[in-house]
Amino acid sequence: MTEIFGVPLPALFGQLMLGLVNGSFYAMLSLGLAVIFGLLGVVNFAHGALYMIGAYVAWYGMDRWGINYWWALLLGPLLVGILGVLIERLLLKRLYKLDPLYGLLLTFGLALIFQGVFQQYYGSSGQSYAPPEQLSGATNLGFMFLPNYRGWVVLVSLAVCFGTWFLIERTQLGALLRAGTENPALVQAFGVNVPLMVTLTYAGGAALAGLAGVLAAPVIQISPLMGSNLIIVVFAVVVIGGMGSIVGSIITGLVLGLIEGLTKVFYPEASNVVVFVIMAIVLMIRPAGLFGKGK
Amino acid sequence: MDWLGTGTQRAGKLAWLAGLALLIIAPFVGIYPIVIMTGLCFAIYAMAFNLLLGYAGLLSFGHAAFFGGAAYVAGWLVHEQHWTPELGIVAGTLAAGAAGLVVGLIAIRRQGIYFAMITLALSYMLYFFFLEAPFTGGEDGIQGIQRGKLFGLIPLENDLALYFFVLLVFVGTFALVLRIVHSPYGQVLKAIRENEPRAISLGYNVDRYKLLAFVLSASIAGLGGSMKTLVLHLATLQDVRWEQSGEVILMTLLGGLGTFAGPVVGAFTVIGLQNFLSDRAGSWTGVIIGCIFVLCVVAFRKGIVGELLAWHKRRAQKS
Repeated sequence: MTEIFGVPLPALFGQLMLGLVNGSFYAMLSLGLAVIFGLLGVVNFAHGALYMIGAYVAWYGMDRWGINYWWALLLGPLLVGILGVLIERLLLKRLYKLDPLYGLLLTFGLALIFQGVFQQYYGSSGQSYAPPEQLSGATNLGFMFLPNYRGWVVLVSLAVCFGTWFLIERTQLGALLRAGTENPALVQAFGVNVPLMVTLTYAGGAALAGLAGVLAAPVIQISPLMGSNLIIVVFAVVVIGGMGSIVGSIITGLVLGLIEGLTKVFYPEASNVVVFVIMAIVLMIRPAGLFGKGK
Repeated sequence: MDWLGTGTQRAGKLAWLAGLALLIIAPFVGIYPIVIMTGLCFAIYAMAFNLLLGYAGLLSFGHAAFFGGAAYVAGWLVHEQHWTPELGIVAGTLAAGAAGLVVGLIAIRRQGIYFAMITLALSYMLYFFFLEAPFTGGEDGIQGIQRGKLFGLIPLENDLALYFFVLLVFVGTFALVLRIVHSPYGQVLKAIRENEPRAISLGYNVDRYKLLAFVLSASIAGLGGSMKTLVLHLATLQDVRWEQSGEVILMTLLGGLGTFAGPVVGAFTVIGLQNFLSDRAGSWTGVIIGCIFVLCVVAFRKGIVGELLAWHKRRAQKS
């Protein structure tokens, strides 16, 4: 069997694929964080909790309402997006004139609430969710067996990331959004309903997290804590990439997922912390992040 | 009564004397000393956090690593290496300070929101270290730690002896924080918080001031953690988790950010609330704490002490 540094090739590719799947989630979540931060100036700590809720919508839908995966893919982002509208309208709205740290603290409190409520009903143990029939099984690529569902996750997330990039960088709506990021007062003066735009942006970011949650449901253990553990890694990804650019957060997310996968093969003990070590190194060399502008 | 000063200052000093008197008589009137001692340890932890956020304007989202890390170091030294408790506490405090130096060096390279995210990420990394390290006992933690004899003389297993030791350390820490904030160094910190570019242009080495504040804060948090280990006989993973970092933020915010009494009032309120709720609300406690967090941020940003001070000021202006 072919080996690289004593590691059989199929195992290496398997871990790389797993890394790419994780990287897809990092990319989708850090993208949502970046979009929300850009317009609202809020670091959304609740992002992990929203991702967790997305996964529970999928599981709950299948378990209780008999809703299949494809509908969950629609319903998850929708419900989480509506939750996002409520959060923004009822709570975040009151904090825009204050130090951005308050936004972080508020969403931290929300994360505690969501996590606590789900722990109350589902305990800390994980639920599992079967991938849809159409996507189960695996394809022989010649050099490795690719589980179909994992390939699907990577494809969908790439498509969603590209779609978000296109929406923001290449459309009229995106131009307004970018203008609102630079100078909300001026955009408002041109007759754009900025508060509505802000609400929809937060809802959009939340929906991205919800979608990531539904996508993740079949490949992970669904538990109330799944979001909080992930969000800290995503924060590190955001610090490494810098929140300035959309493409930056996508690339950083994917690459860090791959690096994490490689670490699992060659030095498994460090796989939990490799992202944080990279973060420390990047901060020493380029404090603004790889794609960030200025301080 | 000249030394009491006048107006708000006078009321504040009187409140402190009353508080101290209450703490001294508390164990003799039937209040369970362990609860107050836990409160005092968390008050030290919250004072450390307040020194950083309230006076230097730096939000650390990773202070649990110093609090819980020091608890592990002190617990291990006293339990496994049979060090005397005071040496264990000193070692725990120094270890937290050293960790604070490393984390601080990395984190002060960014400001504001990023600073918070970096400290959170680095403390999560330390959490994995404590989870895997051979001396921490993994998920079980270090349990059944003997308090030993202070200076080899005073047996701390006597709750009353330990109580006055903890109270003494608390008063000492309070005086230290007061001294730091009112020193020229503390004034520079406030200047940096208010306007960092201006402080730089005045020739202050801002990074060094911030780093020192971070190390001081980490050390004091470590002091609180080391003491807590002795009080509760254990050091666990719970103390290094990110929830614990969030809890100290809540204590400070609820009590009153940037006030001296705030962290102490906040720590006792949160600890008291948790004790009260754990029997009645069980696992809903986390949700209730989260709700208080949200309420504090949305509608009660001055905190208990901050509101009291504002009320007192308004009344003084009227008369």
